[in-house]
Amino acid sequence: MAVLHSAPKFASNEGVIDNLTAALGASVLAAHEAHGEVVITVARDTLEDTLRALRDEHEYQQLMEIAGADYPDRAERFDVVYMLLSLTRNHRIIVKVTTDEVKPVPTVTTLWPVAGWLEREVYDMYGVIFAGNPDLRRILTDYGFEGHPFRKDFPLTGYQELRWSEEDRRVVYEPVKLAQDLRQFDFMSPWEGAEYVLPGDEKAEGEKK
Amino acid sequence: MSGLSLEQSPTTGDEIITNYTINFGPQHPAAHGVLRMVTELDGEIVERIDPHVGLLHRGTEKLIEHKTFLQALPYFDRLDYCSPLSMEHSYVLAVEKLLNVEVPLRAQYLRVLFAELTRISNHMMNIGSAVMDVGAMTPMLWFFEIREDLLNFFERASGARMHSAYYRPGGVHQDVPLKLLVDIGEWLEKRFPELYEDACSLFVDNRIFKQRNVDIGIVTKEDAVRWGFSGPMLRGSGIAWDIRKSQPYDVYERMDFDVPVGTSGDCYDRMMVRVEEVRQSVRIVKQCLAEMPDGPIASTDRKVSPPKRGEMKQSMESLIHHFKLYTEGFHVPAGEVYVATESPKGEFGVYLVSDGGNKPYRCKIRPTAFSHLQAMDYLTKGHMLPDITAILGAMDIVFGECDR
Repeated sequence: MAVLHSAPKFASNEGVIDNLTAALGASVLAAHEAHGEVVITVARDTLEDTLRALRDEHEYQQLMEIAGADYPDRAERFDVVYMLLSLTRNHRIIVKVTTDEVKPVPTVTTLWPVAGWLEREVYDMYGVIFAGNPDLRRILTDYGFEGHPFRKDFPLTGYQELRWSEEDRRVVYEPVKLAQDLRQFDFMSPWEGAEYVLPGDEKAEGEKK
Repeated sequence: MSGLSLEQSPTTGDEIITNYTINFGPQHPAAHGVLRMVTELDGEIVERIDPHVGLLHRGTEKLIEHKTFLQALPYFDRLDYCSPLSMEHSYVLAVEKLLNVEVPLRAQYLRVLFAELTRISNHMMNIGSAVMDVGAMTPMLWFFEIREDLLNFFERASGARMHSAYYRPGGVHQDVPLKLLVDIGEWLEKRFPELYEDACSLFVDNRIFKQRNVDIGIVTKEDAVRWGFSGPMLRGSGIAWDIRKSQPYDVYERMDFDVPVGTSGDCYDRMMVRVEEVRQSVRIVKQCLAEMPDGPIASTDRKVSPPKRGEMKQSMESLIHHFKLYTEGFHVPAGEVYVATESPKGEFGVYLVSDGGNKPYRCKIRPTAFSHLQAMDYLTKGHMLPDITAILGAMDIVFGECDR
């Protein structure tokens, strides 16, 4: 497919997947290139060794970001996504592992000190546990917060709200009470895979039988 | 300190000075926002710093998952509110990369033009406040004069001074009037260099400024890479890495500019990298003004960018497109991309996952401040308490972006 967009152009992806799958061997579970990005899924237990090999032997010196993502329908619902950048080869790859609420992911703070906070953030937002991270505290949410807000089953409004109480002279926490329902606009066209049934359509389903 | 008795050493009988812990922030003018740093001090020497971030966490990434691709855009203005258009730039490029949509040349020039004006405006804010943190008042007042002019330019282009929401997937929102481009050109010729060079002359060679910044917070090349630094923090350590040069996006390929690098990796070098970057941005803006072609300012693909209003009143098809784009929004093919651009503060990235619908499935924002601030403990160890403000000022941190 011809590249029409004007997004950042880094070095060619040609041959990168073949090289890396050959070099990393069995730890690579899947590798594909789509939308100009090389995405490699690796086994969770070998993550640290894989990333060390990528850093030391394949010149991906910088870990730019660790992102979490939640796919509740899968057996291992979370993706932990590592964005690597090679300053010398001018190339980027995305390395992924999957996990769930209880299976720990090995830490990479041993390779990059920057991973400390990035892992803390994924832990805070998704509840993914990183084995070996020396300081796995919450980072972005409030002191004493419970739950993991970026999971897909966590409501957008949250459970707790806080306000300054004039009587108590302090900030008090209360369950969320909305004066008006949070408006969720679902503009997905009913002809293109919206999941709700249009009013009246349930009768049509019955007649078909 | 009444009532507090110091411990006595059992052998010498001397008083033992114990370490004490202070809170730097969350409400401190030199913290550049709501940053709380639990600082352990030995006298005036910093032993350990534990930055507590997240006091401005608004859950932007979660909110974006509940909005269409177009509605998500204005959230980016509110991340780094000192350089709003650079934040939008990463996002629109990420959406375009998934859509693989072609952006007309004039729109690309306009985006680069305004991204560079944003860079100037951001550096005015940062240099001004960092210089004020170490004791100089006047440069900030002059820099804010420049910033005020720039905000007026943004207002004339988009209607809003700060939260412009000017870029769109597929181009920009509106064309700019010719008079605005003429005025920017004239401003860059006359008013800007006078104000800027005057203000810089006040601190660049100033003795106090150098005493507070030279050899403070030195970062070696290796450490800058290990700590995930980017932007002026990386260049200040002597690594010539600029995404605009090495991974050009929009029309940066056509631009002729230099990448300033530091030599010693201290706070002074980082500030001087920014001072020079402003001059390079001026060069880019001038080239944009000279070369900008005429033509459409947004993609002509009607499945992505809406038709003109006049057209919509005349043509049924345009009306349908307009209605569909502003209710359902456009659908983005399933897939994932990580797009990073050179924002004034460093690498600002967007990891965008689409499931083929009209809303992002996941939008992870890579803030520049997060990795920089994490190195605070490493950078300040062994420095004096007042050096914290100098190091923090030279880091260029904005909490809208750090906490998201």
